[in-house]
Amino acid sequence: MPATALPEADRSAPEKSRISARSILLWTTVALLGAVAWGVLALARGEKISAVWLVIAALGSYAIAYRFYSRFIARRVLQPDDHRATPAERLEDGVDFHPTDRRVLLGHHFAAIAGAGPLVGPVLAAQMGYLPGTLWIVAGVIFAGAVQDMVVLFLSMRRDGKSLGQMARDEIGRAGGAAALIAVFAIMIILLGVLALVVVNALAHSPWGTFSVAMTIPIALFMGFWMHRIRPGRVVEASLIGVALLLLAIAGGSWVQNSSLASTFTLSPTTLVFCLIGYGFVASVLPVWMLLAPRDYLSTFMKIGTIALLAVGVVVAAPVLHADAVSKFATSGTGPVFAGSLFPFLFITIACGALSGFHALVSSGTTPKLIRKESQVRMIGYGAMLMESFVAIMALIAAATLEPGLYYAMNAPAGLLGATAQSASHAVAGLGFTITPDQLTHAARAVEEQTLIARSGGAPTLAVGMSEIFSGVFGGTAMKAFWYHFAIMFEALFILTTVDAGTRVGRFMLQDMLGNVWKPVGRVNWKPGIWLCSGLVVAAWGYFLYSGATDPLGGINQLFPLFGIANQLLAAVALAVCTTVLVKSGRLRWAWVTGVPLAWVVAVTFTAGWQKIFSDDPKVGFFAQRAKYADAIDAGQVLPPAKTLDDMHTVVTNSTVDGVLIALFLLLVAVVLVNAAVVCLRAVRAPGVLPTTEAPYVESRIDVPEQAGEALAGARS
Amino acid sequence: MNARQWLRAVGRYLRELTGEAEYDRYCGRHRRHHPLAPAPTRREYQVLRALHREAHPQGRCC
Repeated sequence: MPATALPEADRSAPEKSRISARSILLWTTVALLGAVAWGVLALARGEKISAVWLVIAALGSYAIAYRFYSRFIARRVLQPDDHRATPAERLEDGVDFHPTDRRVLLGHHFAAIAGAGPLVGPVLAAQMGYLPGTLWIVAGVIFAGAVQDMVVLFLSMRRDGKSLGQMARDEIGRAGGAAALIAVFAIMIILLGVLALVVVNALAHSPWGTFSVAMTIPIALFMGFWMHRIRPGRVVEASLIGVALLLLAIAGGSWVQNSSLASTFTLSPTTLVFCLIGYGFVASVLPVWMLLAPRDYLSTFMKIGTIALLAVGVVVAAPVLHADAVSKFATSGTGPVFAGSLFPFLFITIACGALSGFHALVSSGTTPKLIRKESQVRMIGYGAMLMESFVAIMALIAAATLEPGLYYAMNAPAGLLGATAQSASHAVAGLGFTITPDQLTHAARAVEEQTLIARSGGAPTLAVGMSEIFSGVFGGTAMKAFWYHFAIMFEALFILTTVDAGTRVGRFMLQDMLGNVWKPVGRVNWKPGIWLCSGLVVAAWGYFLYSGATDPLGGINQLFPLFGIANQLLAAVALAVCTTVLVKSGRLRWAWVTGVPLAWVVAVTFTAGWQKIFSDDPKVGFFAQRAKYADAIDAGQVLPPAKTLDDMHTVVTNSTVDGVLIALFLLLVAVVLVNAAVVCLRAVRAPGVLPTTEAPYVESRIDVPEQAGEALAGARS
Repeated sequence: MNARQWLRAVGRYLRELTGEAEYDRYCGRHRRHHPLAPAPTRREYQVLRALHREAHPQGRCC
């Protein structure tokens, strides 16, 4: 977003015309460009169009939304006041609180919210065609995702950086607060399990990928010692060395693959699961400076670099979209990647990039303590989320540039595709698409992988798409394999950082909760307590990881809906807190700004959850699936894709666990929502405004604006 | 801006983004508040920083 280029035109001349002619011309042009691009997307039927149209449509919409809608929310709804000191100024301690330059904070906040989520969801959702996904990503971010991030950031900033859980407790009540806390913990466990599964699926039987990802551990350790012992505090130089070593490790993977070491790094999914679980435990008990902090820097650098590279690649290479605009699976709901109809399942498959509840945790933790001026919540909350949304659009483009035949051969469950190129080609033909066995082997050979069949999880598909785009711009076909493994490594790096950090955050939450029962566990420096809680957290996500990796029906295909529902439910909690605060503070008139997205996300998640629990279709409903396989076991049959009776029992257990979990999530969030509704009703009926939990007003002493903005038309009504 | 100025600006931005510049700010603050006490060395500050980070885990999003 060219945020700095946006004119704050009317500050200095409140009496004259509110908007200059130049500004009108600029925004008319932007609107026209966006409209033309959307028009091209809408009218393209049957013919292949360039991905550039998607980029223009998205960027045009973002610019309009940022200039007009986010400004509207800021001025009418939140009313930030730059004369009021932010917590960063009032409580400055040089550590947690300190007024940060907005561009630096934008970078910080973006690095904290953007991860593998916006890269994985859109790839899976490409099953329904590129158009529904694009529409949801763009509309979702403008009216829901960015609004949530910005409002939560603002509310937390006005409350000295309180967390979402604390705000839920203060604003909604004890029951709602406790339910929100448990929901946050449970949702995080699912998230870690699913993300780790993406890594397992990307690295299984791939010595090149496994080697280069494994090398990130010694590289991070080296950086850690550099920054802590050898040259303390030199983060930039250590990171640059780290990135160089990382590129070397990717190149070295090619050599390892063709050497005698190849077999050491060729691991089965189950072995990888245990490696990841072990790694997760060790990483969460080691001192942060050794592994977590350096990996975090590495991941930030790679993130920003690769995303910039991808943006350049998409614009320069201008790939053609080969996927259908709207595929037949959008209407039939029988797609192989995830089952269920467009509503609600598209909207939970693409979570990050459109609306992600997890951002509410970041927006209510670190960032609000660093904001220099209140009005900057607009650029940091709304702006950073628009950037993440753009990442999701690029992931969608990368997936949509693949031939549909290859896309389905990579993303359908292994049970459907079989193990050979022949069986996969046959299965893809059964889905109504074509890819010959030769093309399939050729595609795998081009990126130097043994096979691309059933590499679900989004990462390999994105990597193939990215390698197409990158090799078109930098290095040609000879570099394809390098770029493929570069993309795999880049995603694995994000995810492992999230797993490290998430395990640690989970451990603290668990210590906090268990500390209420037995005091010593709550002490943050009591080693056995740390080990116990780390072990419990790792075991919890490890369970989902293992069951996903061994699920005969395909772990990603089964677990991703669970992850999506969980993430969107967290968004429902966050939006419920926002709406309650707006109503309580006498802004009922503007409560629709968060109330409408809240209603939408509740409709989506509860419909999806309901179908996952009660649907008669065993492909959609977990309990219908359980009944189908349990009946078959009683009859002594083995139903494909299960191969043995053990597989059958695995399916029964997994679908029971998944179904019960969804029911639990829905119940917890329902408690929060009912509690919030009661509080809102009470606030509406109460005479006057309810007491606020905002920190009291203190006059700001830094960068005080010379005069207030002009009066809003109708502000006194 | 010419190439060198650009490079310097990027370098400054990265120093701020990664928190490398934190130490300078910390020292400035320390001098203002405790003018007589010696400021911690970069190495000591790094240890303090690591301890603080240990106790305040930061979530990373999906």
